[in-house]
Amino acid sequence: MTRRVRVVVFAVAAVGMAVLLVWAFAGARPFGTSIHPYGDLAVRAALEQRATANTVASVTFDQRGLDTMGEEFILFAAVLGTSILLRREPDELARTVGEEGTEDRAGSGPTPEMVRLFGYVVLPFVVVVGIYVVAHGHLSPGGGFQGGIVLATGLHLLYIAGDYPALRRLRPQRVFEVSEAAAAASYVLLGLAGLAVTGAFLANVLPYGTLGQLASAGTVPLLNTAVGVEVGSGTVLLLAEFLEQTLVLRERSGRPDTGGSR
Amino acid sequence: MSVLAAVVLVLTAVGGTAVVVTREPVHQAIVLSVFGLVLATLFVVLQAPDVGLSQLVIGAAVLPLMVLLAIAKVRGRERR
Repeated sequence: MTRRVRVVVFAVAAVGMAVLLVWAFAGARPFGTSIHPYGDLAVRAALEQRATANTVASVTFDQRGLDTMGEEFILFAAVLGTSILLRREPDELARTVGEEGTEDRAGSGPTPEMVRLFGYVVLPFVVVVGIYVVAHGHLSPGGGFQGGIVLATGLHLLYIAGDYPALRRLRPQRVFEVSEAAAAASYVLLGLAGLAVTGAFLANVLPYGTLGQLASAGTVPLLNTAVGVEVGSGTVLLLAEFLEQTLVLRERSGRPDTGGSR
Repeated sequence: MSVLAAVVLVLTAVGGTAVVVTREPVHQAIVLSVFGLVLATLFVVLQAPDVGLSQLVIGAAVLPLMVLLAIAKVRGRERR
């Protein structure tokens, strides 16, 4: 395809896209108005019937819990796919962690003392914040997804601090594989509990309690916990695959570099 | 639309363009991280703190880290 043909193809596509966008936006409601029919219904259902202070959590885990289950399994499949793609090949050499090049944050030089101190000091606070965000997902902004990622990234402060061996000891991959799978399964089991008790998958089977209490919103905190463990474990595994590839695995010497093709 | 929302929307457009025009991968990962921060601000300004929090941890931290690790792996291979 010559440059001229490419430009013509792009121009046609760009003009078509622009026309469709302008057409769509012209028919949309004006930005920032106060008319939200679905929002009004969802908020009323969350506050008056379901005792869920964070109405967003009520929509994602109670009123539309099935959608969230789909999202959870998208992440599950993505982590699984990454693990398979980045697995250790027979022609790759796993170096001993501690050896030169495995601790130095992928060739970025020795870790400055301030950064090392920062990592160690901030780590426990980040873990507490992560647990808080998961546990209060039905009360305040946040929830299992956000808190799970905060927990997972928090652990990687050890990598920022230049202590990859410590991070490795803290995240035995087998354990995180099991916890990720078990948490994903427990979401489905909570859904099946709803099916067994009320006849509807993911129906809220626990008492709603009092609005604003830590123990309220029925199954929402349990689903938040399941998602928190699943997302936290999944993110740890995902980053583990990348870190192992960068720091630990090397192609065996003596073989011609194939440039990545197998 | 409030002035704040307008300002952050413009920043989002500028940030997205900056990510595209930055051609050096390591620099691009850093610009992407800053863009993630701007996008998180936009979500908070538009009263979606839940989404803002997700965007903050994914867009400003996990995604740039994955890009940087991938670049480090590829460059380590080229060096030998």
